[in-house]
Amino acid sequence: MTTFRLNGRDVTVDVPDDTPLLWVIRDEVGLTGTKFGCGIGMCGACTIHIGGRATRSCVTPVSAAEGADITTIEGIDPEGNHPVQQAWREIQVPQCGYCQSGQIMQAVSLLKDYPSPTDEEIDAVMAGSLCRCMTYIRIREAIKKAAANARGDASNG
Amino acid sequence: MGRLNRFRLGKDGRREQTNLSRRGFLVTSLGAGVMFGFARPASANQIFPLDKALPGDGAFEPTIWCSIAPDGEITVNIIRAEMGQHIGTALARIIADEMEADWSKVRINYVDTDPKWGLMVTGGSWSVWMTWDVFRQAGAATRTALVEEAARLLGTTPDKCTVANGIVTAGTRQISFGDIVAKGHPSHSFTPEEMAKLPLKPASERRLIGNAEIKALDIPAKTNGTAIYGIDVKVEGMVYARPKMPPTRYGSKVRSVDDTDARKIKGYERYLIIEDPSEVVQGWVVVLAKTYSAAIRAADALKVDWTPGETIHTSEADIQDRGRELIKNRDGGVYIFNDDGVDQAFTSAHTVMEQEYTCASVLHYQLEPTNAVAFEKDGVYEIHAGNQWQSLILPTLAKALQVPESKVILRSYLLGGGFGRRLNGDYMIPAALASKALGGKPVKLILTRSDDMQFDSFRSPSVQRVRMAFDGSDRITGMDYQAAAGWPTGVMAEVFMEKGVDGKPYDQFAIAGGDHWYEVGAFRVRALRNDLAEKTFRPGWLRSVSPGWTSWGVECFLDEVAHRQKKDPAQFRLDLLTAQGRNKGEAPDSVGGALRQAAVVRRLMEKVNWGKTTLPKDTALGLATTAGQERGMPTWIGCVAQVHVDRSTGVVTCQKLTIVVDAGTVVDPDGAKAQTEGAALWGLSMVLFENTEIVNGLPVDRNLNTYTPLRIADTPEMDIEFLPSTEKPMGLGEPGTTVVGPAIGNAIFNAVGVRLRHMPVRPADVLRGLQGS
Repeated sequence: MTTFRLNGRDVTVDVPDDTPLLWVIRDEVGLTGTKFGCGIGMCGACTIHIGGRATRSCVTPVSAAEGADITTIEGIDPEGNHPVQQAWREIQVPQCGYCQSGQIMQAVSLLKDYPSPTDEEIDAVMAGSLCRCMTYIRIREAIKKAAANARGDASNG
Repeated sequence: MGRLNRFRLGKDGRREQTNLSRRGFLVTSLGAGVMFGFARPASANQIFPLDKALPGDGAFEPTIWCSIAPDGEITVNIIRAEMGQHIGTALARIIADEMEADWSKVRINYVDTDPKWGLMVTGGSWSVWMTWDVFRQAGAATRTALVEEAARLLGTTPDKCTVANGIVTAGTRQISFGDIVAKGHPSHSFTPEEMAKLPLKPASERRLIGNAEIKALDIPAKTNGTAIYGIDVKVEGMVYARPKMPPTRYGSKVRSVDDTDARKIKGYERYLIIEDPSEVVQGWVVVLAKTYSAAIRAADALKVDWTPGETIHTSEADIQDRGRELIKNRDGGVYIFNDDGVDQAFTSAHTVMEQEYTCASVLHYQLEPTNAVAFEKDGVYEIHAGNQWQSLILPTLAKALQVPESKVILRSYLLGGGFGRRLNGDYMIPAALASKALGGKPVKLILTRSDDMQFDSFRSPSVQRVRMAFDGSDRITGMDYQAAAGWPTGVMAEVFMEKGVDGKPYDQFAIAGGDHWYEVGAFRVRALRNDLAEKTFRPGWLRSVSPGWTSWGVECFLDEVAHRQKKDPAQFRLDLLTAQGRNKGEAPDSVGGALRQAAVVRRLMEKVNWGKTTLPKDTALGLATTAGQERGMPTWIGCVAQVHVDRSTGVVTCQKLTIVVDAGTVVDPDGAKAQTEGAALWGLSMVLFENTEIVNGLPVDRNLNTYTPLRIADTPEMDIEFLPSTEKPMGLGEPGTTVVGPAIGNAIFNAVGVRLRHMPVRPADVLRGLQGS
C-alpha cells in the first residue's frame, strides 16, 4: 500500500512498489491528462510535480511517492486558469496537444525558478520536453507571456 | 494527376468520393433529433468546446454536415482526424461563414465511422482543399432553407430578407436561426444540380474564413488534461495488452512460447499467439495483464522462439543498393512524364550533368504510441482509437476478424500526433484479434515506444538519380529524374495509385516532387518500386511524403547546376519558372502555374535581401522552393535558410528560416502559420537531427536515447509570410517540410563550399567534405 496526496486529496493504492507512478495516476486513479510518451524519462510527456518539482512520472516508482505531495495537470488550478494555461491558450500553443500537459507542468516549475526567463533559460529547462508537432516557438513565447502576466498580476494586486 | 483524379482508380474510392459530394448536397426535411444511435462513454466525447453535447430532438439537419438546434446551437460534423491541425475549427468556419452563422454557437463533432460519410481519410494536406466546395455549398443550402422559412414566419418573401451572424432580418423584424427551427418547419430539398447553382458569398464578404481572431475550439481541452486521446479510453472490464514483437516485419513464425517467468509477474494473465487472416500482423504474440505496467513486464519476461522471416539480415545499404540497381535497369518502373526527345537530348548533349542523392529512413515518433481498445458488443466490433484513414483499415479489420464490414465500427479520438503514422491502422488488428480470442472482451492494447518504433510504418530510404543535358551554349535541353523507394500506397492502398503516361500504376507519394514545375526541355520522370524495402518493412506515409525527399534531389541538383553555370541560384530558378506548357496551371487548383512559384521566390529574395547581405565567416544563406505536395494541388512555397558551419566539428547550426507561401485562400491564418512552423521544423529535424538505419531487418533506433529529433534549443528564428490570394485553398500540413532540407544543403555549400548529397547531414560528412575541399 502506498499513500500520497494527489491534487490535494489523499490517495492510497495497492500496487507493486516498482509500478511507475505514471500508470498509477492514469489507470488506478484515472487522471489521464498525464501522458505516456517514451517510458524512459526523455520526452517529458509524463511530467508531474512532486513536492513542487517537475518529475518524470514514467521513471518514478510509486514507492518513491509515499507521503509525497503530487500535482498533475488537472491540479495546478481548479478552473484550469493557471497563468501558464492562460498563456498557452492566448498564444494557441498546442497542436496535437499530447505533450502539452508535460510542457505546461515543466513551464510552471520553470517560472518558479526563473520568474523572468531568458531564451537560454527556457531552452535549458524545456530541453527535456519533446514536442513532436514542434510548437517550440510558441512555447517560448507563451512562457514569456505567462511570466509577464504573472508580474502584471503581482504589481496590480 | 491531382484533384479528385487521385480517386479515379479505386472502385470503392470513386464510389465513396462521389457519394461524399452527392450526400453533401442532399438536403433532407426536418432532421431527426438524434443523429447517432450509439452511446459512448461520456468521458470520451469528441465534441468541442468540451462542455457541449450533441443536439437533442427537434434539430434541423439540412445536410449530413450540420444541424441547427431550436436553441440556436450549430453542430458541424467533422470526418477528418484531429491531430494538431485544428481541422474541425477550420472546416466549421467554411460552412458557418457561408451559412452566416453566429460563430459563438458553433460546435464541432468528430464523428465515428459510418458509410454515409464517404471516404474518411486525413492526410496529404487535403482536408481543407477537399472540403472547401462541399462545405460552402452545404452552408449555402442551409442558409437558403433557413431564410425561406424565416420569410414565411415573418410574412414576407426571401428576397426581402438579409442574413448575418445567425439572424434573418426583414425590414424592422428579425428572427434567429434557433427560433426559425423552434417555431417553424424549415424543409427544402435540393438536387445536386440546384445545389451547385446556389450563389456563394464573394471573398470580400467573408467574416470567418481568413479571420485571425478566431481561436481553435479544441485548444482549451489540450491545456487542462481533459482532452481524450485513444490511449485514454477506458471501458468497463477491459484487460491490458502489450504485443511481443517478432524479429522481422513479415514472415516470422512462432515456434514456441515459454511464460514461466511471465507468470511470476503480478497481474499477468496469459498470452495469445495472433493469427491474422488479413496477414498484416505476422508472428505477433500478445501478453494480457490486469494493468499495463504488468503487461510491459510480462512481455519482457515472456520467452518466444521464432523462425524469422527472410529479411532477418537485410540492411539499409542492401535496400539502397537494390534501388540503384532498379534505376540502372532500363526496364521496369513507371513513367510519370516521358516527353519526346529525352534520349535525343542526352545523346546529342554538349554536356551532361548527373548526380545521385540519397535519403535515410525516418521514423514517425508520433508522441502517443500506437494503441487501440477493441471489444465486441451485440455482434459488432467496436475499435476505439485515433486514426487517419478509417476507410482504409475498416475492410482490413473486417477481414482479420472475418466479419462483414458492417460489423465493425471505429470510434474517433484525438490523435497524439499523426504525421502519417496513423494512416496505417495496423495497430488496431492485434487489439481486435485479441478481443475476438477472448470472446469479445474489451482489450486495451498499447505498444511501448520501442514496440512502436520497431514496427513503425516509416519513411523508406530512397535513391534519386538526376541527370540534365545541356547544349553547346549551356542551355538546358533535357532532364531525366528517377527515384527508387518503398511504395506505401502500393503496399497498403493499391487502388489509390495513379497511372503513369505508360498506363501503369505508381505510387504518387513515392515520386511527387520529382515532377517539378521548372522548364527543362524534354523531361522524363520514372518511379521505381523498391521490392526489397517492401519485403523488409511496411513503408509508410510520413509528413510531406515524397516531396520531403525528392526536393532534396531536385533542389540541391538545381543549385549545383546554377553554381556550375556561375549563375545566382535564385535567379536561375526564376528563369526556369516560366509557366509554359504543362506548367501553365489550370483552374481551379493551380491557376497561374509556375508563375506563382516564381512570385514566391521573388518575395523571398526581397525579404532576405538576397545577394546583398554580408554574413560572418562560414555563414551563408541557401534557397529552395517547391510546389508543396502534388502537382494537382500545389502550395507554392520557398525557404531561405541561414546556417553557420563549425569547421572544427562539422556541426551545422540553422540560425534562421525565412519562408514565403502561396496556398491560395488561407482559411485559418494562425493555424496556417502553426502548421508551417511545425512542418518546417520537421524538415529541419530530418536534415540535421533525426534519421534511422535498417540493421538486421529492423530500424536500429528504439527510443530517444538514440533517436534524436529537434528540441527547443535547436529551434531557429522563423519568419513566415503568406502571400494574399483569393484562389482555392490548398494544403498546409506538409509543404513547409519540403523546402527546408535542400535550403540547408544549399546554404552549407554557400557557407563552406561542401556539397552534401545524403540526407541527413552528419557532422562527419561535413568534416570529410571540408578535408576534401
